Order: sequence, then structure tokens, then C-alpha cells
Amino acid sequence: MISDTAVESDTAVETQRGLVEIYSTTKSFHGNTVLKDVSVCVKPGSVTALIGPSGSGKSTLLRCINGLEPIDSGVLKVNGEHVGVVERSDGFYSLNRKKRALQRVSVGLVFQHFNLFDNFTALENVAIAPMQVLKRSKSEAYETARSYLDRVGMLERADHYPSQLSGGQQQRVAIARCLAMKPDVLLFDEPTSALDPELVGEVLDVIRKVSASGKTMVLSTHEIGFARQIADQVVFLDEGRVCEAGPVEQVLDNPREARTQKFLERVFG
Amino acid sequence: MAQHPADLMESINKPRITRKTKTEKTAWIVLAVVAVLIVHTLISNPNFEWATVGRYFFGFPVLKGLLLTIILTIVSMALGTLIGLVLAVLKIMNITPITILVDLYLTFFRGTPILVQLIFWFNIAALFPDLFLGIPFTDIGWGINVNAIMTPLVAAVIGLSLNEGAYTAENIRGGFLSVGKGQLEAADSLGFSEWTKITRIIIPQSLPTIIPATGNRLIGMFKETTLVSVLGVADLLQSVQLIYSRNYETIPLLIVACLWYLIITLALSYPQKKIEDRYSKHKNSGGKVTATTEGVKLG
Repeated sequence: MISDTAVESDTAVETQRGLVEIYSTTKSFHGNTVLKDVSVCVKPGSVTALIGPSGSGKSTLLRCINGLEPIDSGVLKVNGEHVGVVERSDGFYSLNRKKRALQRVSVGLVFQHFNLFDNFTALENVAIAPMQVLKRSKSEAYETARSYLDRVGMLERADHYPSQLSGGQQQRVAIARCLAMKPDVLLFDEPTSALDPELVGEVLDVIRKVSASGKTMVLSTHEIGFARQIADQVVFLDEGRVCEAGPVEQVLDNPREARTQKFLERVFG
Repeated sequence: MAQHPADLMESINKPRITRKTKTEKTAWIVLAVVAVLIVHTLISNPNFEWATVGRYFFGFPVLKGLLLTIILTIVSMALGTLIGLVLAVLKIMNITPITILVDLYLTFFRGTPILVQLIFWFNIAALFPDLFLGIPFTDIGWGINVNAIMTPLVAAVIGLSLNEGAYTAENIRGGFLSVGKGQLEAADSLGFSEWTKITRIIIPQSLPTIIPATGNRLIGMFKETTLVSVLGVADLLQSVQLIYSRNYETIPLLIVACLWYLIITLALSYPQKKIEDRYSKHKNSGGKVTATTEGVKLG
């Protein structure tokens, strides 16, 4: 019986690789509710853009998908597996650190402030997780790291430390660092918000390239024009709720909700 | 340079002269007076007995005491740093019962005077006359007569190390807390284990904070070792005390000790200053770790 379920879940994982399901999820910090009854479904291989004003819960939602923040209630699954918890008849029990770490490997998160490791060069930043977490050999990890740096156009600066790189360059290395772990889902938390305007383009180009490779992506952004180009689905969050969700043409071009219309008007000003 | 009328050119080329303030001028005079007074008393007061100072300065017992003081400093510092590192790592693991144990340790060793602790360790045999290391409820193990092994030197090393460990733990923990939250989140989101996170990210990145502070503790420890003289350990201070208890040349011999303490402290202060400058420079330029972790390589 045990082996039966194991086989079943194995095949389930294969067909659900890259699937993100969020049902009636709630999250609060110190009594302040940040996500209220949020339901979003991201199909494997699709690109979802999260838009909405600052403080609407976009970052928190991404951090919950990555398992950095546990949710308070609801169901949140990646690859068909509950994130950070295991379901029993009497409730959800949190997974131990090792299993949580293992789950995070399949979900990559690109941070707003890059968060490259200050004590490592660009190349080491990309190579360290495959070496330490996936137990790749040093030569293999470095070789893969070089190919990913090349993909984001940062191979020339492989031996630079983060402090010697511009924000745009750091973010490109951060994307390479995520890709090197071959995640099933790639999350971007306002990847260009901390950049000088003239550096936004180079990072968007890289993200566009990644999205073309067919990876499941969820991206929170203020770049509505960019969202329109790459997204299959747009989710408009407001005060922790999903105000409107649907295909790009519907949400961005013909928003039904008054709040979505108001937000888009303000953004396009 | 642009061309201006001749009289204006003259003004433009005049140098800028900094004038000393009235307060500064007065302070220089006070300094000169104090210096003259000090030199005068050093020369004219016969009780300093500089000839005696000179005679004992390189004396064998004094140098032997100095050597013991240096060894005691190095050994206690090394053990103390190791204990501190272990305690700090245990504490950031954030497992409540372990944190409580570490806090008990820190509270005891930071809350009681080091002098009392040293005397306590020296007399520990009165509390545990025989120590038996082994498997509980069996006869397998290793018995120790505490009285026999707890010599003054052993008590001194244990006392200084355990005490230093408590202070170093707080110092290292402070360094750990200085590591940015984003760095830890990046490590978590990539699936790092706690051990990898601590050894590859937290420790290397906190070195710029920890190393200068540890240097200061080393200088402090060098002077703190004088306390072991109460146990009868023949360190520098105890050595000169033994001499002046026989010949009553108290002041010259204390001067000998002071001069040696000063020489070593100053010798340690120079590299300490260099270390502080180096780490603070890199911190301010935003590339705080580029230089500090040159030696910390992947692999």
C-alpha cells in the first residue's frame, strides 16, 4: 500500500511539474492580514504577472510559494505537493528543515534587492548552491555556472564580487544563480524596482529570454508594459485580495473592476 | 587658470592659513608643563631606582614570567575563541533548550568576577574530589583525582578560557547578527542546509566584525592574565612579586613589569590598528567582504 501511493505520487509529480495551486490562502503578520482568501492557479510552463499597488501582498505571496513564509490557512501546492507542510487527518504538520530545504530547490526566487552573497564572486554565487545543495562536483558546478553566466551575458565579469557590479549586473547574476538550480518554478519579486532606470532594460531582456524557454514563472512587477509582453495571465492584487485575474487582454485592456481601472490609469498616468 | 585683473590675481593666489584656536594654544601650554613635571620627577626622584629597573629588566625570572604570561594568553585566547564560536553557533540555531543552556553559561561567567572564578576552579576539588568519566551505571570509564590535576596553571587556563569563551560568544554572535537578512533569505531560498548557511555565509561575512573585536579581546586578555598571580602561577606579575618580597625593591620591580606589559600591548596595538583600518575601509566602500574573504574559497 505504501509503495502504491509512492508510485502514484511519482507520476503525479511528473505531470504536475511546474504547477502552482493556491486556494483560499491567508497570511498575516502580527495581526496585520497581508493575504486574504487568495486563490491563484499557475499552469506548468505559463507566465503569471502579479500587479498591484505597493503593500498589496505581491511579495508575500511569492515568499509563501517559495516556502520562506508559512501560510496561516488555505492550501498552497507546488508540483502537486503542499509547501512546507504535510497533511494528516487532524491538520497540517510542518516539514522538518531538510525537507523544506529540498522543496525550495524546485522553486527559485529572484529578489528585489538581488541578495547575491557578498563574500563570493559572480561565478561562485552561481556555483555554490549546485555544489552544496545538489552535491555536484566542483568542476561540474563551475562549468554549469559559466554557461549560465554566459546566458545572462555576465561571463566576462565572472570573477567580480557583487560590490564591483552594477545593480543590473547583480540581478542578472542572481537570475543565473536561480537557473543553475534548474527549478520547476521561477519567481521574480519586483526584479527591476531597485534598479536605476537605464539598467532596467538589460534585466528585462534576460527575463524575456528565460520566459521564452518555457519555464513556469510568477513575476511581481510595476512594469505593466513588460507584463503585457511576456505574461499569459495577470493577477491584480489589492489590499491582500485577488481583485481581478485572467488573460492579459482581459485584465490589462478591458478591466472589469473599478479598482483595476483606477490602478492602471495611475500607472500609465 | 582664467585671467583676472592683476590685484585680483594676487588675492586668488594667496595661501589659506589655519589659525590655532585659543583653547588649543592653552592646551599645548598645559601639555608642555605636564611633560616637564613628569620628566623632572622621573629624573630627580631617587626612589624610582632606575639602575635596579635596568638590572632586573632582562633578568631570567622576569623573562621566564613574561614567557609564561604570553603562553597563558595565547592558550586561553585560543580555547576561549573556540568555546565562544561553539556557543555562538549553538545560540543562532534557535532551539529553545539549547539557547537556555547557553544563556545559563553566559549569565554565570559574565555575571561573576573572573578573579572569583579563578579561585573557584583552583578549589573545585572540594566540590568534586573525584571525577569519573564513563558510561553511567557501569564500571567502564576513567577516574580522575581532581586534586592532583588541578594545579594552579591548569586552574588558570580553565578559568581564563571559560570566562573568555563567554565574552567571545557574545562578540561572535554580534558579528552573526550583522549579516544582512537578505543574505540568509537567499541561502534559504536556494535550499541551503543550516550547516552550509553558517559555514559558507554567516561566518565568512561576520569576520569583518569579529576579527577587530577579537584583537581587542586579545590585548585585554594579555593584561587579564595578571589575575592568575593570586593562584601562585609564576606569570610576569607573580615573578616580580617573588623578587621584591625578598629584596623589598617593590617600585623598581613593578616598573619592570609595567614596562613589559606596555611594550607587548603597544606591539599588539599596531597590527590591531591595521586590522581595524582594513576592515572598516572595506565596510565603508560597500565591498566589505571582497578583501576579508580572500582566503575563504569555494571547494
